[in-house]
Amino acid sequence: MAAEQSVKRDILSQDLEFRPSPQARRLRSFIFLILSNLAVIIALGTLIILIADVLISGTPWLNLDFLTRADSRFPNRAGIQVALVGTLYMMALTIVIALPLGVMSAIYLEEYAGKDWTTQLIEVNINNLAAVPSVIYGLLGLQLFVRWLGMGRSILAGALTMALVVLPIIIVASREAIRAVPQSFREASLALGATRWQTIWNHVLPYALPGILTGNILAASRAIGETAPLITIGALTFVPFLPRDILDRFTVLPILIFNWTSKPQREFHDIAAAGIIVLLGTLLLLNAVAVLLRAKLQKRY
Amino acid sequence: MSLLEASIMRADASAKEQTLAQPGDPAYALEARNLSVFYGSFCAVRDVTLPVRKNMITALIGPSGCGKSTLLRSFNRMNDRVPGSRVEGGVFFHGQDLYAPNMDVVDVRRRIGMVFQKPNPFPKSIYENVAFGPRINGWHGSKSQMDELVEASLRRAALWDEVKDKLKQPGTALSGGQQQRLCIARAIAVQPEVILMDEPCSALDPVATLKIEELMQTLKQDYTIVIVTHNMQQAARVSDYTAMMMMRPDRAGEMIEMDETKTIFSRPRDKRTEDYVSGRFG
Amino acid sequence: MSTLDISLQRQRARTFGENLIRIFLFAAANISVFTTAGIVLALATDTVSFFAEVPLWRYLTETQWTPLFANQKFGVWPLVTATLLTSFIAMLVAIPFGLVIAIYLSEFASPRLRATLKPLIEILAGVPTVVYGFFALIVVTPFLKQFIPQISSFNSLSAGLVMGVMIIPLVASLSEDALSAVPDALREGAFGLGATRFEVATRVVTPAALSGIAAAVVLALSRAVGETMIVAIAAGQNPQLTLDPTVPVMTMTSYIVQVSLGDTPYGSLSYKTIFAVGSTLFLLTFVMNILSFRFVRRFREVYE
Ligand SMILES: Nc1ncnc2c1ncn2[C@@H]1O[C@H](COP(=O)(O)OP(=O)(O)O)[C@@H](O)[C@H]1O
Ligand SMILES: [Mg+2]
Repeated sequence: MAAEQSVKRDILSQDLEFRPSPQARRLRSFIFLILSNLAVIIALGTLIILIADVLISGTPWLNLDFLTRADSRFPNRAGIQVALVGTLYMMALTIVIALPLGVMSAIYLEEYAGKDWTTQLIEVNINNLAAVPSVIYGLLGLQLFVRWLGMGRSILAGALTMALVVLPIIIVASREAIRAVPQSFREASLALGATRWQTIWNHVLPYALPGILTGNILAASRAIGETAPLITIGALTFVPFLPRDILDRFTVLPILIFNWTSKPQREFHDIAAAGIIVLLGTLLLLNAVAVLLRAKLQKRY
Repeated sequence: MSLLEASIMRADASAKEQTLAQPGDPAYALEARNLSVFYGSFCAVRDVTLPVRKNMITALIGPSGCGKSTLLRSFNRMNDRVPGSRVEGGVFFHGQDLYAPNMDVVDVRRRIGMVFQKPNPFPKSIYENVAFGPRINGWHGSKSQMDELVEASLRRAALWDEVKDKLKQPGTALSGGQQQRLCIARAIAVQPEVILMDEPCSALDPVATLKIEELMQTLKQDYTIVIVTHNMQQAARVSDYTAMMMMRPDRAGEMIEMDETKTIFSRPRDKRTEDYVSGRFG
Repeated sequence: MSTLDISLQRQRARTFGENLIRIFLFAAANISVFTTAGIVLALATDTVSFFAEVPLWRYLTETQWTPLFANQKFGVWPLVTATLLTSFIAMLVAIPFGLVIAIYLSEFASPRLRATLKPLIEILAGVPTVVYGFFALIVVTPFLKQFIPQISSFNSLSAGLVMGVMIIPLVASLSEDALSAVPDALREGAFGLGATRFEVATRVVTPAALSGIAAAVVLALSRAVGETMIVAIAAGQNPQLTLDPTVPVMTMTSYIVQVSLGDTPYGSLSYKTIFAVGSTLFLLTFVMNILSFRFVRRFREVYE
């Protein structure tokens, strides 16, 4: 065999000098370990400092009056009531609009869509929309809802805009939830003579519900925290009155916080911190609900 | 079963003067003594004592799940990667226990190389695949020496002639059999003394399998090989010694018999070995 | 009428209903397509009429941006450089932190530690950006002032750093997905040659996941470029062509916010500028998103 001859005298026949220096190499692993722990600590530390600072400057201002008063030009008379109500409106209306659309999209893509170009087009669009800056949605909302459809700078225009922002989140989460439904569920139902829609409605959706709800709560969190699209459509920064209906002008908590932060006086920064506490508290509450709901619904299956 | 008989005759001829050595014999490259391997509380291999002879091919056979891979992977401490795994007993290499507290895993694995069931070349060029081991293990050869080392490794793995013009191409672009030989070349390049092979041909077609088997015969002049195989003919064709493993009722694997391959295949001491090698179960 | 006819009729009604549902669902799914079309249309109309008044070459060659002043200048570069500057600073934070955390989670941490750390780090991405803006302006900038006395109250450094922290989870989580998708066989191969954990992670797994990591980085950059509130609050409102991170600047997004907050009349030239800037921003992020999807696809082709 040719290989046999060539093997006889080659560099591998000599004793190659390896200097594996295991200590040095293990040291590198160790240094990396320290660095990565440091990275985690710095990242989470930043979060902790942020929260601590907000709590320290905001807590003294946090009282019932603060929650129930409207905004004012004087920091010690200003409150978040109007903005809080605006935020709750915004969240509710956004989900009411986006949830059915998002879930329907997800159902179509998971249960009906073939592998043709229309599906491809939809998928590419969803992927891209998820990464479009939210301020761009604001420009869309400004043109489409505020101007062309004549809704003005209303809660409705804001919620429609925000619905478009969160739609990709709902679609992606709902698709995942629907995909996780075992195929046997569908087959069993179809075998009993149920139509496709009956199968989806009675078997697929109930099973996918926890995942869909989680996705929607994520979307709601986003709707509460987003600021830029609403500023762009022209939500006001100073609103002293509660909105009467969804066609009324409005403000939301993040815009109020933005407004106070932008003022030069120290007191406004402190009530901005108080506003942030309420905002973060709301988000925390929402996510806690998501976790509980999920745990509870999952137990049923 | 003429093929099997032919292989036995060949094994017979090659291992004529070999006799079983005593524990600690310098003829052993590697030696498991009362080795048990655990995954958490589950004992996958129990109390195996297995000598591996230098410059010989030792085959581990036995039904699937009996702990062949586990045993093989304990020979270069690959099982350290599995969280919760541990061993009792020891594996001796140059008179030292691989599992001794001061043992350096990195050096163990350089000197006891491994080839896996599915070819797993790195997504790098063919050249870089081979050069990876020497580089990380602190070989300070010059560029031309590295070229030489890569060529020598590929030659020894009987792959040089097929790839010498495309060393810059990705190793993953080769055929399955070539990839497996690349993995062998990669292992050879760090000058191991022992090469562990876990079913190295099970993902390959018969032609590629034959090539690897021929290659093993050349390699054993310089290396000690331990091969896990579920293919009886392969064990009979290539190996000098065969260890037969079985699963005990508690699902722990044990070695029931170890002998020259010709003996295992012609007159095994254990009835279960006889049943297994003649294909009556497994 | 026979029973067969009735059941046939019922079946027809049912098929009709099913088809109707299908059409409804299809329409809903197409909202995404309409949204994209809507964005393009909404941006295009006023962008086109903007460029009818201000020629494109002025937009691309002038070096000042003063559309709200009497002496109007329409050079977009100050906004673009400010955007790139803040984004660059953000990436300087997000890439090393995100990558190190990703490698740590995927290659070093035990599954249990990973399961606790991942959601904790994700919290960073869930904090509203207006809160980060507050943090940058009220906490980080005064802190930086201790070391850089000449730093302005509004500056790109502070905004960029905080934006970087916000983006860490994005880089970490997407990169970690890519690293985890690298088959374990490659790790085994490298460990089998005597590689240490660090060598396996940096010399085998990370290169193998490179296109996935590139996708994460490009997507993160796109996020930084489009991020609005942090820069609007903390980076300033001064459109100036500079790479100095200690002075106030104005990004494309801050400009859109600034105009939206003012009382620029609808249809005026200044009003149209935000659509021109918006189009520029959209194009920029669009290209990055496409690039990112390309990388993802390349990664999937190799490992799925
Ligand atoms: N990583 C692991 N964790 C837990 N149990 C394992 C692991 N790997 C193998 N086992 C168990 O150990 C036993 C032996 O497995 P293995 O060594 O792969 O057998 P073989 O290679 O002979 O088929 C089997 O019962 C298997 O389920
Ligand atoms: Mg096995």
